[in-house]
Amino acid sequence: MQNTVLKIDHVTHYFGGLRAVSDFNMELPEGAIWGLIGPNGAGKTTIFNLITGVYIPTKGKIYFRQERKGEFYMEDITRYKPHTIVSKGIARTFQNLRIFPNLTVLDNIRIAEHFRVKYSLYDAVMRNKKFKEEEEKIKEEAMNLLKLFNLHSRTYTLAKGLPYGELRRLEIARALATHPKLLLLDEPAAGMNPKETQELMDMILWIRKEFNLTIFLIEHHMKFVMGICEHIKVMDFGETIAEGTPQEVSNNPRVIEAYLGRKKYA
Amino acid sequence: MGSIFNLQQIINGIQIGSIYALISIGYTLVYGIIQLINFAHGDFYMVGAYAAYFAVMFSAARKEHPNVLIVLLISMTAGAIVAFLSNRIAYRPLRYKPRLSALITAIGVSMFLEYTSSAIPAIGPSYRAFPQSALIPEHTYKIGHAILSNYQIVNVSVAVVLMVVLTYIVQYTRIGMAMRASAQDKDAARLMGIDIEYIIDFTFIIGGALAGAAGLLTGITYPRINPYMGIIPGLKAFIAAVLGGIGSVPGAMLGSYILGFSEVFGMAINSILGEGIAYAILILVLIFLPQGLLGKKTGEKV
Repeated sequence: MQNTVLKIDHVTHYFGGLRAVSDFNMELPEGAIWGLIGPNGAGKTTIFNLITGVYIPTKGKIYFRQERKGEFYMEDITRYKPHTIVSKGIARTFQNLRIFPNLTVLDNIRIAEHFRVKYSLYDAVMRNKKFKEEEEKIKEEAMNLLKLFNLHSRTYTLAKGLPYGELRRLEIARALATHPKLLLLDEPAAGMNPKETQELMDMILWIRKEFNLTIFLIEHHMKFVMGICEHIKVMDFGETIAEGTPQEVSNNPRVIEAYLGRKKYA
Repeated sequence: MGSIFNLQQIINGIQIGSIYALISIGYTLVYGIIQLINFAHGDFYMVGAYAAYFAVMFSAARKEHPNVLIVLLISMTAGAIVAFLSNRIAYRPLRYKPRLSALITAIGVSMFLEYTSSAIPAIGPSYRAFPQSALIPEHTYKIGHAILSNYQIVNVSVAVVLMVVLTYIVQYTRIGMAMRASAQDKDAARLMGIDIEYIIDFTFIIGGALAGAAGLLTGITYPRINPYMGIIPGLKAFIAAVLGGIGSVPGAMLGSYILGFSEVFGMAINSILGEGIAYAILILVLIFLPQGLLGKKTGEKV
């Protein structure tokens, strides 16, 4: 039996009177790649925002696996602030790229390592040995990430000068810089051509192995989702209408209906 | 006197511009991060001036000679504390509410600070003479026809040092990087593990400290203080920030010096019309460069 990394327990979320998510349940096993699909407005990004603490669910709880002194337990992260949740080990990318355009590529990565620094304000003001060592360590780590993602030739370029494909890579690299255990990808293949999509699939499989990640992703691109995910959840109007392996989901009549509309019988 | 562009005017322009710069940096920093025009910012400057006043009076009463650096620290701390508290008490609860509410609250905080200070007996509504000669004895130097006082030298050099320190913090420190990231995309910053509220607190503290320092410097150069002294310089610093491009720190500095110079030169042309000329320049600049001199161009998304 695999361990559950993230548990979403009967989560319901309202925006005013609108029920954006209703009774969402999920137990995400460690090391898995799961997908979340559904038509526009189905509530997929809302789920991500609930997990990362941008919204607090109206009802329900969210748990995340934590380790303390070798012992594992599920911590209730429902009401935590976004920056606390990041420090617990959940990182994400965004549907519409949210890179800091006026920071350099290197600084975009370093900012994600921000909260892990171990020196105090005093050390920073005095620029002592501890400060310099920490800074050096962080920079080295950032450079390694940039190399892995083939962005090292762009280290000191302002992020706004990067082409789209590189920005996508930078965003994933930035998410990894927070040292996550769980990575949430919001439409990572949006705007990519078939070749780039294939490369992205390989990359996601590779980073899962390299960084020991569990991955949960939203994607519209069916070939991508079917090709990479082990398990898929389908949402429509806030409800989970189906879940299962790619095969099961793609043959499910409710899924076909949600995507293509109800068949009109003569 | 000869031409209106003589040395004296240049000295005065630099000096007034430095004071505006210290105040307008606070405006621009806060606006950059939470898009709030903090109208109470001019009052942080007033608090700084009074803190310095009491510090000097206190040591004068004990027949001690006050140390300029300590007085400067006191006025900066006072400005920072008031800025921090107004953020925590008044602005923070309105963070995710309509922006207009926070703007009106800012005007409220401003008036609250002004009227409460005048209600406090130790401060009172009337003008007080700032004991500047107890702090630094005045010396004047003659350069040709121009007169330069050591007050002006202190004024400009303190302002420049503070601006250099600030630029260093914003550009080269980790917290400065977090400030810049938060200004560019708050939500993404939060999801990268940055505690936005901490960054906002820090921004208010820095802005308040600079305004407090400006309060002391004004007290030294124009030794008359009262609880309403922050209104006009606050407005002007805001104008300078807009002129330079609100949200941009170098823009705020540039805008402040431009405003300082045009005011001084305008006054030299006609002492009544003077300030009007400065604002005519402002209107012209904004017609042709609505984003300000160094501001970002923001196209409306359609």
